[in-house]
Amino acid sequence: MSIIINQVSKKFGDFQALDRINLEIKEGGLVALLGPSGSGKSTLLRAIAGLETPDTGSIIINGKDATHLDVAQRNIGFVFQHYALFKHLTIRQNIAFGLEIRKHPPKRIKQKVDELLALIQLEGLGNRYPAQLSGGQRQRVALARALAVEPGVLLLDEPFGALDAKVRKELRAWLRRLHDEVHVTSVFVTHDQEEAMEVADEIVVMNQGHIEQVGTPAEIYDHPATAFVMSFVGEVNILPGVAGLFCNLPTSQSHVYVRPHELDLLHHEHESSTPATVKRIIHLGREIQAELALPDDFVVFANLSREKFAELNLEAGQQVFVKPQNAKSFADLHRAVLS
Amino acid sequence: MAGNYLTEMTDFTSDKRLAKENKIKQLLGKISLPWTITIGYLILILLLPITALITKSITLGFEEFWRIATSEVAMSAYEVSFLTALIAALINGVMGTLIAWVLVRYEFPGKKVIDAAVDLPFALPTSVAGLVLATVYSDKGWIGQLFAPLGIKIAFTRLGVFVAMLFISLPFIVRTLQPVLQEMESEVEEAALSLGASEWQTFWRVILPPLLPPILTGVALGFSRAVGEYGSVVIVSSGIPFQDLIAPVLVFQRLEQYDVAGATVIGTVLLIVSLVLLLLINLLQQWGRRYAVK
Repeated sequence: MSIIINQVSKKFGDFQALDRINLEIKEGGLVALLGPSGSGKSTLLRAIAGLETPDTGSIIINGKDATHLDVAQRNIGFVFQHYALFKHLTIRQNIAFGLEIRKHPPKRIKQKVDELLALIQLEGLGNRYPAQLSGGQRQRVALARALAVEPGVLLLDEPFGALDAKVRKELRAWLRRLHDEVHVTSVFVTHDQEEAMEVADEIVVMNQGHIEQVGTPAEIYDHPATAFVMSFVGEVNILPGVAGLFCNLPTSQSHVYVRPHELDLLHHEHESSTPATVKRIIHLGREIQAELALPDDFVVFANLSREKFAELNLEAGQQVFVKPQNAKSFADLHRAVLS
Repeated sequence: MAGNYLTEMTDFTSDKRLAKENKIKQLLGKISLPWTITIGYLILILLLPITALITKSITLGFEEFWRIATSEVAMSAYEVSFLTALIAALINGVMGTLIAWVLVRYEFPGKKVIDAAVDLPFALPTSVAGLVLATVYSDKGWIGQLFAPLGIKIAFTRLGVFVAMLFISLPFIVRTLQPVLQEMESEVEEAALSLGASEWQTFWRVILPPLLPPILTGVALGFSRAVGEYGSVVIVSSGIPFQDLIAPVLVFQRLEQYDVAGATVIGTVLLIVSLVLLLLINLLQQWGRRYAVK
C-alpha cells in the first residue's frame, strides 16, 4: 500500500515536531526516516500509525483518507524500540494476538503462527515467555506479531535501537532479506545513517520537523541537497569559504564541504591545491586518517587507503598539498549542524 | 606396585577426611554472626510468643479446645470477622485498583496530597480512626445523618465494622499496585491497539492479566489486616455477640472475664487462619512472577 502525507503539522506545546510535511511512500518500498533526535521522525511514523493525531494536514493510506481513522482500523503493523511484547503471554500467544482479535479459526491461527515462527527462526521457543528470550529474539517476535495480521504497512520505530552492535548488524541484514521476501511497504525510523544506508531503498532525511531530502542512499550520499544532509550523512570537513582555499569554488559561498576521502594529498603543488602540514596520522584499520593543518590554522581530515598511504610515505610534520576531488557549498548554512 | 597402591589408598582416605572436615568448616562458616542474630531475634520476637499461645491452648485437650473454638458466640464472631473483611477487601480490590490507576496515569492538582492521604490508615492510630469513623457515621454524623432517615444505622452495627475494615484495608491494594502500574509501558497498550484490539479488548487481554496477581496479593494483604483489626472496630461497633462482635474483640472480652483459656483458643484459631493466608499470599506472588523468569 502507498502512503501519501499531505501538509502534516504537529506541535507539542511550543515544540514544532512536524512542520507542513509532504511525503509520498511508494507501495512495496523500504523507507528509512533518518534524522537526529527531535527531528520529528518518530512523530511522523506515529502519525502514520494513528498513534498521534496531526494538528493539520492529511494522511492517505492506499488511496483512502486515514487521517481520522483509529490505529486499529488502519491495517498497519507497528514495531516498537523496546519490543512492547505482552509479558504474560507466551511467544505463540503473542504472535497469535492480532489473529485472535480478528477471530480467525484456531486451526488457521496455529498454522500461521507456525509459519511465522519458522520465518523468524524461533521454531523451538514458541512456548517460552518473552522474559526468557534475548533482545534480538524478542524484536523478531515483535516483528512476527506485527506481520501476523498481514498489515498493508509495516512501521518500525528505532527497531534496532535497544540492541547491542553485533545483534543490530545481524538483524538489519535479516530485515532487508525479510522485506525482499514479504514485500510489505515498510517505514522505519533510525538516527543511524549507516543503518539507513544499509537497509533502505529510499531515505528521508529529517531535521527540526522538516524534510531535508528524499532519495536513494547513493543520491543522499553523493548529491546531498542541503548542508545538513551533507554533514549528517557521512563524515565531512567544513571550512570557511576563504578566498584562496580550494579556489575552484565560488568564493561568495560562506562554507565549503569536503568528504575526508575526497581529499587528495600530493607531494607537489598542483592547480587548485592548498599547502598543508600533517599534524597526526590516525590508523582506523581499513583506512588511514591524516589530520592536516591548512594556512590560518584550519584543520581538515583526509582519509587514505593503506596503499595510498604507503605510496605517499606520510609522516607527522611533513609538508604536503591538499586538493579536493569534490567539494560542495550550500546556501542554507543556517540549518546545518556545525559541531 | 603393592606399596604404591597402598599409599594411594591412604592418600585417598585422607582426601576423604579432608573433604569431610572442609564440609564441617563450611557448615560452621555459615553460622556467622548475622545468621545467629537473625535466628535469635526471630525466635525471641516471633516464634516464642506464638509457641506459648499454642502450648497454652493445647493443654486444654482437643475436645475442650474444639468446644470453645466452635462455640456459637465464637462461630458468629468468625463469621462477622471473616465475611465482613472479605467483602471489604474485595470492594477495595476494585476501588484500590482504580485509585492506583488514577494516581499513576493521571495528572491533576493536589495529586501529591491525595497520594499521601492513601497512607492515612497506616499512619493513624487505630483508636483515632475508630473515633473519626464513629463520629462521621453515627446518626448525627456527616454521613450517618444521610442514612438515618432511611432507617440505616451505620455506626455501632455490622455496617460500622465493614466501614472500618474498608478504611483500614485500602492502602494495601493501592500500594501493592502502584509500582506495578508504574512499570507498565504504555507501548504495550499501543501495540495491542495497532494489532486491531479495541480499548475494551486491550484492557481485558493486555492490561488486566498482568495486574491480577498483584491485585489478589493486595486483596489478601488487606483481608488479613481487616481480620486482625481491633482498635477502630472496638470503637465503631457495639461489641454485642451475634450482632457486630468480631473475633479479636471476643478475645479481649474473654480476657476481661479472666477466661484466659477461651481467649487463647480463639487466638489460636485466628493465628492458624493468618498463617494460611500468609502462605496463600506467598503462593500468589510466586504465581505472579511465573513469566518474569530471567
